[in-house]
Amino acid sequence: MVQKNSKSSIVERQKQVVSSLKKLGTDIYNQLDKGVFPTINMPSRSTENINYDPNSRQYILGDRVVSRSARNIRHVKPFTQLAWCALFSNELTTKKKTSTLRDVYYSAQAYEMTFTDQQESNNIITDLETVTGFSREDFHIFPEERSAIFGDLTIGYTVPGYEGKQLNLTSHPDGVLIGPALTSSEFISTKADKVIAIEKGALFTRFIEENVHNKHNSLLISCGGQAPRQTRSFIRRLKEELNLPVYIFTDGDPWGMHIAQVIISGSANAAHLRDLNTPDAVWSGVWASDIIDYKLPTDPLDEVDIKRLYELQKDPRYQNDPLWQREIKTFLKIKKKAEQEAFSRYGLTYIVDEYLPRKLEGKK
Amino acid sequence: MAQTFEEISASDFFYRNRDIAGFTNPSRAIFVAIREIVENSLDAAESQKIPPDVFVRLSFEAEATKDTQIYKLHVEDNGCGIPPRFIPSAFGQILFGSKYKLKQTRGTFGLGGKMALLYGQITTHQSATITSSTGDTNKIYQFKLMIDIQRNRPIIIDRKVMINKDGWRGTIIEFTLEGDYLRSMPKILEYFKQTAMVNPYANLTFVDPKGRLYKFIRVTTDMPEPPKETLPHPYGVDVELLQRVIAMTDCTNMLDFLRRHFHRVGEITAQKFLEFSTLSPTKNPKKLSHEEIVRLTQNLKKYKDFLPPDASCLSPLGEDLLRAGIVKELYPEYLVVHQRKPSTYAGHPFIIEMGIAYGGGVPKTGGFVIYRFANRIPLLYDEASDVSFRVINSMNWRRYKVAPDMPIAIVVHICSTKVPYKTVGKEFIADRAEVRREVANALREVARQLGHFLTRQEHVDREKKRISIFSKYLPRIAQFSAMLAGKERIPDIEKLLKSVQKYGAEE
Repeated sequence: MVQKNSKSSIVERQKQVVSSLKKLGTDIYNQLDKGVFPTINMPSRSTENINYDPNSRQYILGDRVVSRSARNIRHVKPFTQLAWCALFSNELTTKKKTSTLRDVYYSAQAYEMTFTDQQESNNIITDLETVTGFSREDFHIFPEERSAIFGDLTIGYTVPGYEGKQLNLTSHPDGVLIGPALTSSEFISTKADKVIAIEKGALFTRFIEENVHNKHNSLLISCGGQAPRQTRSFIRRLKEELNLPVYIFTDGDPWGMHIAQVIISGSANAAHLRDLNTPDAVWSGVWASDIIDYKLPTDPLDEVDIKRLYELQKDPRYQNDPLWQREIKTFLKIKKKAEQEAFSRYGLTYIVDEYLPRKLEGKK
Repeated sequence: MAQTFEEISASDFFYRNRDIAGFTNPSRAIFVAIREIVENSLDAAESQKIPPDVFVRLSFEAEATKDTQIYKLHVEDNGCGIPPRFIPSAFGQILFGSKYKLKQTRGTFGLGGKMALLYGQITTHQSATITSSTGDTNKIYQFKLMIDIQRNRPIIIDRKVMINKDGWRGTIIEFTLEGDYLRSMPKILEYFKQTAMVNPYANLTFVDPKGRLYKFIRVTTDMPEPPKETLPHPYGVDVELLQRVIAMTDCTNMLDFLRRHFHRVGEITAQKFLEFSTLSPTKNPKKLSHEEIVRLTQNLKKYKDFLPPDASCLSPLGEDLLRAGIVKELYPEYLVVHQRKPSTYAGHPFIIEMGIAYGGGVPKTGGFVIYRFANRIPLLYDEASDVSFRVINSMNWRRYKVAPDMPIAIVVHICSTKVPYKTVGKEFIADRAEVRREVANALREVARQLGHFLTRQEHVDREKKRISIFSKYLPRIAQFSAMLAGKERIPDIEKLLKSVQKYGAEE
């Protein structure tokens, strides 16, 4: 395939992905050819080997390495599955096709490579991520969940059949799906000067209706709850490549707070991967102190909420900014939570006209 | 109102109480009748060390009631035959017989066969025909008999003597009885199958009323040693027995009396025992007072140092025959049999023989199939009340790698001069501590060996599975990696596969 002669990040990254897969294949091949049982080494993903790295401000894997050998009766099946996954990913990546996690599970059956269940095939994909250091999205394997973006950003597609075509992300009022075609696009231009990531789809729609993208000159992203990896990696690219500050709006409860935290510092589950987090992103609300300041309608925190708060209090990701500890303490003090929609008590536009500007100014 | 007392005969007693001999209902009755006559036939052959040939034909005669029919039962054997002068009493008088001695026999009192004839007579009112020859005369005697129930006497209706040209030996019994064959058929067939299992040296033939032939052919002519008669063991003696022995003895002192009439009592044992019970060795047993007899009985039971009864009066099947029988009827994949050493309960010697069969023709029922035998009689009813059932079910089978869904058959055989039946119907063995312990020990022994087999089996299976996993996946790893690396040639993995196999064999 003739690739566009471009040094852009996306095309470059794809090349690295393909070569890492090929290297894995060659590695196994050479061992077999020498007449030895092939072995693959990868960092251990066990809890003891997941450490918080203050420099990159995310979880990373430690030095412990696990070895998977085709000689071991318990390893030989996952080993084969891993080899198959690498082959399958290689095909997807070079042919620029995409697949979902579910799809991988079924495609395997065509090769008589049965996975016991979806979880098993998901685990093997995570292995492949760990071995190569690339995320499944790089292999064109996507989870089912999707989120959306809206705002003045023009992108250039790299997917087959759309190469060179451009799209401005204001062109559809429901927003544009953050899917494989979008995440593999090049950024062409933007007039926006910030990114606002919103936990819930309903508020995202409200923001578009209320013209927030113009009023605040921003790109709007709907996370759809916990932001999918591709969305997190997309947000990071917006920050890295376009240097746009990122603001995150979530519900005022421990779960919303953690949605913001994962965008900022990443998750332990993805400790084997890089470039999924955006350390400089800012959680702008809804804070516990906002609940007091704006006299928002609330629900009481239940037991699970409170237990979660105590967990988060000890989480290393919550240590580097005093904001987190302060808000956790406030939550524990008022024992109340509020959803983003709670602002509707002051009218539909209050959150956009009053609350948002103040928060974007950066009240701490 | 004046009460009338009348003496009833033994025949009358069993006529009125036929339930206790197993003739409870028409379907049960037909099964019990066949069983009793067949057992007599087997005993008759075995007592002479003749491999038994027993031919049984049940034929339809007439409808009786809505559910029952009249059948003619014909049982023919090659046993010892009966001398003509004993035939009328042997078949026409209850509690007359050859079995009132202390040795192991199938029947206890020779009661069952006569009960069958009695049952036939009261349900069909027809005579029974007995034909027999002992083979050492050139005559065959045939009697037509009925039983005078009130007087417990045979009535000879007809008597024939025939020339025995071919030197035939054996007994043929033919009589009619009312029953329900269709309902009893499963038990009857099961009875023949199990009888064949525990008598592998016997030919059994059964022709049922529909003309179907069931044939069980012997696999060996080896037979167990016939039991020897034996004296009563001191532990099993009661006052009545003691009095009878005293009445008939010609011993004039206690020392001789004990030595002569009791099992495993020698001079030293007798002396020590007399010391223990403070009786003079020179005392004449006939002069013992009633109180002394009672005390003597008690002391005989109390004294700890009598030798246990020896087992020469028992005729266990032996491990080889038991194995042959089980293989013949179940053809299992794996079989282990075990014979315990003789043991005793209440002065009666007994031996437990146990087999455990796995796989092959053993049916998979979701539980154990239990075959119970007592003195080579299959016990087909009341399994759950039997001591072996309880022992089997209270075992920790997991320790022996046995899972409940495995096809496993357990064969338990108890032989004894007095089988501890719980009921007259000979259906199940009572839960006596000594018997239970022996059954449990036998079961543990065979289970242990089965456990070893299963472990080996599991190991072989695991090895096979291991190798199959490698041969499934290694070629694919080779293929996938070659494709991924962009190589035309797929690496040769034969050597690796071989190394896995070798590794497996060494383990």
